[in-house]
Amino acid sequence: MNNARYQSRLSHLITDYGMLIVLVLLCLLFSLLTLKDQTVSGERGAETVFESLNSGQSADGKILIVVGTTASDTEFGQTLFAKLGDAGREVSIEAGDPARLREQLSLIPFVDSVRTIVTTDVTLPVVKNLLGQSRATGAEVVTPPKRRWPTFLLAENLRNVANQITVIAIIAIGMTMVIITAGIDLSVGSLIALSAVSIAWVVGALGGAEISLMGVMAAVLAALVMAAATGAFSGLMITAFRIPPFIATLAMMQVAAGVAYIISQGKPIYRLPEGFVWLGRGTDPILNMPIAVILMFVLYFLAWVLMERTVLGRYIYAVGGNPEAARLAGIRVNTVLMFVYTLCGLLAGLGGIIMASQLKSGAPTYGLTYELYVIAAVVVGGTSLSGGEGKIIGTLIGAFIIGVIQNGMNLTNIETYTQKVVLGLVILAAVLFDRLKQKGLRRSIGFFRAIPRAKSEVTST
Amino acid sequence: MLLKIDSITKAFPGVQAIKSGSLELRAGEIHALVGENGAGKSTLIKILTGVHQPDAGSVQVDNRELQFTSPIDAHKAGIVAIYQEFSLVPSLTIAANLFLGREKTAAGLINSSLERARAVEALTKLGSPLDPNKRVGDLSVSEQQVVEIARALLANARILIMDEPTAALAPREVRQLFDILRDLVKSGIGIIFVSHRLDEVLEIADRVTVMRDGVTIETRGKADVTRRKLIELMVGRSLEEEFPRGKVSHGDVRLEVKHLTGGPVNDISFTVRAGEILGIAGLMGAGRTELARLIFGADSQQSGEIWLDGRRAEISSPRSAIRNGICLLTEDRKRQGLVLCLSAKDNFALSNLRRWARMGLMNHRLESSRFDAHVSSLAIKISSPYQRAESLSGGNQQKLLVARWLETDSRVIIFDEPTRGIDVGAKYEMYLLIRKLAAQGKAIVLISSELPEILGMSDRVLVMKQGEIAGEIIDVSSATQEQIMAVAV
Repeated sequence: MNNARYQSRLSHLITDYGMLIVLVLLCLLFSLLTLKDQTVSGERGAETVFESLNSGQSADGKILIVVGTTASDTEFGQTLFAKLGDAGREVSIEAGDPARLREQLSLIPFVDSVRTIVTTDVTLPVVKNLLGQSRATGAEVVTPPKRRWPTFLLAENLRNVANQITVIAIIAIGMTMVIITAGIDLSVGSLIALSAVSIAWVVGALGGAEISLMGVMAAVLAALVMAAATGAFSGLMITAFRIPPFIATLAMMQVAAGVAYIISQGKPIYRLPEGFVWLGRGTDPILNMPIAVILMFVLYFLAWVLMERTVLGRYIYAVGGNPEAARLAGIRVNTVLMFVYTLCGLLAGLGGIIMASQLKSGAPTYGLTYELYVIAAVVVGGTSLSGGEGKIIGTLIGAFIIGVIQNGMNLTNIETYTQKVVLGLVILAAVLFDRLKQKGLRRSIGFFRAIPRAKSEVTST
Repeated sequence: MLLKIDSITKAFPGVQAIKSGSLELRAGEIHALVGENGAGKSTLIKILTGVHQPDAGSVQVDNRELQFTSPIDAHKAGIVAIYQEFSLVPSLTIAANLFLGREKTAAGLINSSLERARAVEALTKLGSPLDPNKRVGDLSVSEQQVVEIARALLANARILIMDEPTAALAPREVRQLFDILRDLVKSGIGIIFVSHRLDEVLEIADRVTVMRDGVTIETRGKADVTRRKLIELMVGRSLEEEFPRGKVSHGDVRLEVKHLTGGPVNDISFTVRAGEILGIAGLMGAGRTELARLIFGADSQQSGEIWLDGRRAEISSPRSAIRNGICLLTEDRKRQGLVLCLSAKDNFALSNLRRWARMGLMNHRLESSRFDAHVSSLAIKISSPYQRAESLSGGNQQKLLVARWLETDSRVIIFDEPTRGIDVGAKYEMYLLIRKLAAQGKAIVLISSELPEILGMSDRVLVMKQGEIAGEIIDVSSATQEQIMAVAV
């Protein structure tokens, strides 16, 4: 009995949180695979280096700080420079990518008198080169301390993962709802392009880089309305004319892609103002999280409320589970369908705006084949393509699984072609798991449990 | 003895589906197998056809013990089952279907002319000269059934198992089928006939075996059994009455339908008073279900008026019908009533959510308390409110839907085949419920193909024929089934 209860709990755990477990395991795997010595740079690294420089023998003489261009390098350099300056040391800083640094350093006249050179891993070869040229031969090279830590789990990398999946995950909200109604929306990839191109074009038309905030708002609104209207049009075709969702949205996919090319005349549009990248590249001041990622989490929360707590959410499940029964229960099935397709289009439009903001341009090639990634995220998240079942949080997990796999394979130097193969297999595995969950898993676990009991009953009769 | 099943047992996880199954089939016999849902009939058939393997017991064909490890083994032994859901490919021709998987070939190519000739031969033998080039999808249900039987014969079937073969047939087609079956057994074939329709069982079967709770209770010859006795054997207790009594005085006219036309329904007018049960009888295709759907707004009407409590109601959709206090319990609960993948509670709540909600947010507490109230007052048996509707028994599914409509405050309740697929025991409970609703002053429209049900439950009966009302029976207590059929045909 205890054993049986344990097994049923296990099967519940696997079916309800299976995807979460997979995600955690993937994170563990990539953490182990990318474990290596990491430079402690940034503010903490600067602190440690400052301590060591300000004590001991090297407590005098000129100091040169050489850093690269990454955020943590910059932070490290700036902090150390300020601290040493405050401590009254004679200090100078050079920052830039290796090629430029090499040039710069060879031009600096005072290098010979430098006693200490502080450098990060990125710029170490350049410094070594400098020493090799027998300039600054007497200088002592200091690098920030190191610790063992997985590259995968570096805050910067995790931020990267989140950043990469934002657009997919946001659109996947709408796609989840569409798929729960037993539909599909193939047009989202093209809507990304259409929205990105529209916003760039409207911004250009309203004054380009010198556009006012109001102008940007108008452009955002225009792009969103355009995308939502396309979604609504698909919805209209599906509800009023009973065109299968696959066909209706396939057609809109072509139309939207075509319009995006027409608007942009096939070329990327670059004239976007500096402030426009706030959405895609900006971060909040407290957690340093990208604004778009925060937006994604907020949208997921709202979508969760919609699906779990509102009448409309319940209707979406009912329409997907049995449209005829739903209609006969007094639900306006067509209204529900119109809503999900419009929302899906709207979110695809938002995805396009975020992408335009991340890349500071709009091009008709954006979002190409994204519909497949979005559908993959929904499916991996456990939503059934036959409708009526699925969870919005599952989709978020699904998006993260795809993001983590891609990122992890990048970190472990697996080439793009192999990545595609792996990703395809993951999608297949997710669907198989879903089938198993519906048909087999509970039964098969129950099956093994039932055999002894069945046998004992056979012998007793 | 053509077939002998001896003391078979079969368990599935959590249920002992068959505790003791025994059955003997003689050559040339039509043997009926009856029992409530879950009595073990379908498991027994699946063992016979090799879908399931028994845990113990034996199956003998021609006094040779056989063990089927797959449906192919059973097929080879000459056992073929024809299910309610036909296993035909609608887009292929009759001939192609008849030889599906056993195509007649010459040099690797299909020999269509040979197949057609054989098809005509087999179909003529069944007295049904269908054109073998016709697409199966274009055939009527009864014609498709003939094709299924022909296919079984072409596969040299000697034991034919028919699962609810008359469920989708009109009375005339049932006659034809019975003629075919009687003819078939003359050639030494044995037929196992599974049906819920006891009148038909009594008509066609030579012997009847009753199953209850996984046990084959008794086999009786046709002469030794009555409808009432069969029900008693199936339920396992003696029945007082098949239908509960209880007349209530009728109030004012609740529902008035005036000249309703739409689809096959043509110019229908009638009234139902508060507390009255109006039975609607008629053959399949007479337009009864369509009439119900018109009143409920599920299909759009061409003309006509619907009046409720003396006020005209504008009904253009199920939504507006529900708002006006009309509800429909559809004949097909699984396709048109329930959302099977949702929970019992969700299904109950579906039509009421909006009324309970505040600013679009669901009111879980109210939902739960209303659900619990109905579960106890209607005695709905569920393991938890979150149990999926799919896993409820037919009777409980029906009650769940009744609960939903009671909650919407319906004044007019239309039952379309309320006891289809419901156990005999649960039927009585359903009848009690209908009576109770009538006593509460609801106007009830009862559509049924089961004439005993119509006669036993209704205060007044309308008989429909070809979309029109062909007759009305006011004195139901002295009416007979023949009387209704005379009007309906």
